[in-house]
Amino acid sequence: MNLDDLAELAEGYRAKEAGNAYEARVCMAASCQSSGAPAVLTALTQALGEGEGETGCKVKGVGCMGLCSAGPLVAIAPQGADLMGSTLYRDVKPEDAADIMASVGGAPLERLRCPTDQPFFARQRRIVLENSGIIDPDSCKGYVAVGGYAALVQALGEMTPAEVLREVTASGLRGRGGGGYPAGLKWSTVAKVPGDQKYVICNADEGDPGAFMDRAVLESDPHRVLEGMAIAAYAIGASKGYLYVRAEYPLAVERLTTAIRKAKRSGFLGARIAETSFSFEVEIRLGAGAFVCGEETALMASIEGNRGQPRPRPPYPAESGLWGCPTLINNVETFANIAPIIRNGGDWFAAIGTEKSKGTKVFALAGTIANTGLIEVPMGTRLRDIIEAIGGGIPGGKAFKAVQTGGPSGGCIPETHLDIPVDYDSLKTLGTIMGSGGMIVMDETADMVDVARYFMEFCMTESCGKCIPCRAGTQQMHALLDSIARGRGTRQDLALLEELCEVVQATSLCGLGQTAPNPVLSTLKYFREEYEAKLSGT
Amino acid sequence: MPPANPQANVRVVTLTIDGQDLSARADETIIEVCRENQIPIPSLCYLDGLSIWGACRLCLVELEGQNRLFAACSTRVAEGMRITTQTERLRRYRRTIVELLFAERSHICSVCVSNNHCELQTLAQKCGVDHVRIPYRQARYQMDSSHELFRLDHNRCILCTRCVRVCDEIEGAHTWDVMGRGSDCQVITDLAQPWGESETCTGCGKCVQVCPTGALVKQGTSAGEMVKDKHFLPILARRRHAP
Repeated sequence: MNLDDLAELAEGYRAKEAGNAYEARVCMAASCQSSGAPAVLTALTQALGEGEGETGCKVKGVGCMGLCSAGPLVAIAPQGADLMGSTLYRDVKPEDAADIMASVGGAPLERLRCPTDQPFFARQRRIVLENSGIIDPDSCKGYVAVGGYAALVQALGEMTPAEVLREVTASGLRGRGGGGYPAGLKWSTVAKVPGDQKYVICNADEGDPGAFMDRAVLESDPHRVLEGMAIAAYAIGASKGYLYVRAEYPLAVERLTTAIRKAKRSGFLGARIAETSFSFEVEIRLGAGAFVCGEETALMASIEGNRGQPRPRPPYPAESGLWGCPTLINNVETFANIAPIIRNGGDWFAAIGTEKSKGTKVFALAGTIANTGLIEVPMGTRLRDIIEAIGGGIPGGKAFKAVQTGGPSGGCIPETHLDIPVDYDSLKTLGTIMGSGGMIVMDETADMVDVARYFMEFCMTESCGKCIPCRAGTQQMHALLDSIARGRGTRQDLALLEELCEVVQATSLCGLGQTAPNPVLSTLKYFREEYEAKLSGT
Repeated sequence: MPPANPQANVRVVTLTIDGQDLSARADETIIEVCRENQIPIPSLCYLDGLSIWGACRLCLVELEGQNRLFAACSTRVAEGMRITTQTERLRRYRRTIVELLFAERSHICSVCVSNNHCELQTLAQKCGVDHVRIPYRQARYQMDSSHELFRLDHNRCILCTRCVRVCDEIEGAHTWDVMGRGSDCQVITDLAQPWGESETCTGCGKCVQVCPTGALVKQGTSAGEMVKDKHFLPILARRRHAP
């Protein structure tokens, strides 16, 4: 199969749909499902049945459209239109189905209308989420119809592995899991390490509180992740891949299972992909609920069937990973960026974003903010724009206090620093990290000591217990934070807390322990007076 | 023909530890070179003859030109490496880590069977722990006296996993393992059954001999009476792995 064959295939799939002038797209991602999307989908299908054929409309379950707080979302889209070109309805109930179907092709239904020209949609730039909310995640044909698997066929048919590596390196893509390690460098390292058996692993063990980017990508566009993994496997010379997904994401697992089955049947995975000599098998492994298994060495131990706990690095996975073989491990969003990079070239990607952080980043907006949901913006977007324009600011007339990025490994950013551009390096200067993309917004009523205590409790219960500083240190720090929060802490307690922060950060074995003190350190840096106000006597 | 000596192609490198010029085989770790040259470096989970665990974090050292610290047990030497094993910062961290251990469970030396023969106690003295600033957790743990020869006291356990590794790697029984996570971690025999009922335990006692504290001891010992012997281990390990 070459690119022309694939284009013909895609054209054929599109032609089949051309009979329907409109599509009623119902978000069937986890968030909208939990607010009642399945019933809406059924009601719309029924309403369509009653008006048989006249409307030229088809009801379709799609992935995440982003504005989770307004769910269930339904988009009435002219065939082939994107989200901006559709009429979007919010808070749809099954009773609204008949009215919505009646309005197709005519005047939009104003009472449910959710304008798509508002900043939440207009200020985004969708690369990773380009198909999200548009295609049916369970349809391989739907993915091919919008240009899916073209990058894989192009890489296999027209590029050498070295050329693929060159494009990924030129793109400047950095790991989206939080570390920000250059993807091109990681890929070329694994490619150069000698070995007959190599592995590709996709880390989908998203565990930060308030983060749901990877879940949305897997639920909305699973084939894109598989395509990225297959391209990576071709570039580094791997024949086997694992998708490590947390068991708490049953919908994502279900869609991935379907996607793998259909991709194999269509010849985009498995033996002799796209009729070339390249073969690549993907297997899903479920996480059993340990946050630390998102750490790469612990994740690999878990895949091997061992206790999920980290080991010292070096050797890095690139040299000695899964079962001692050279292994490439990247996060969901990193793999989701690969297909467009191959399709449009590394230079195209490198033109987006800032000097050292290229491309876009998906963020999950949560907390006290008007628009909670998923957004994708170019790197370098000002934090203020994300929170005030895209996020719609703080509801209820309250004032902004802080935004927490990077989950339990990150920190809090106060109002005075809201004008910084969001990229890996700027966030680091503020004592926080980009992380995987969770953003928890807090208003003036938030108690920062309590925030620090919450994250420390999270790290304490998620510590695997292998190394002493993390196992015993997080517990001591939590006890100190708890007594400060209850107004029983002394100045000595605060001093001891700060000292433990330093020791745990410098001496822990893996990233969990090394970054566990960050929420404390950053709240101490910007909100120290809140700690001091709670100290008792002495 | 294969080389007569399988290690013949390993390079020899020169490096500096605490200002001392030294030579080492490129496949050695920093802690091995330190031990070879009598450079003191604290450690608890490391034991010559067992696999590397890297968990006690006491053997952390500074490498010139590197911001982060490196565990001497899990870092291989390299040509031109400049290592510092004793700095004010390292001493402070080590002391705090030992204090964290003392505060975590119950380590009351005066009544312990391993008093004066305990690695944790010796280490605390070397690291200058004259008192513990960290609040004791006062948590109570079980004891297991069901084995006819040995006794397990979780209150004294520091989770170094030497017992787990020696049982798996040298004795080949894999009676020991760790269950739970975080501070709920505990060493267990078989599937968390009483030690005396373990079907895999051979009663060899290697776990008792390698245990650095009074967690694993012989039955019938009283305060200060438990003396351990670890000299068998490197010899045994080398014989096991001999070509």
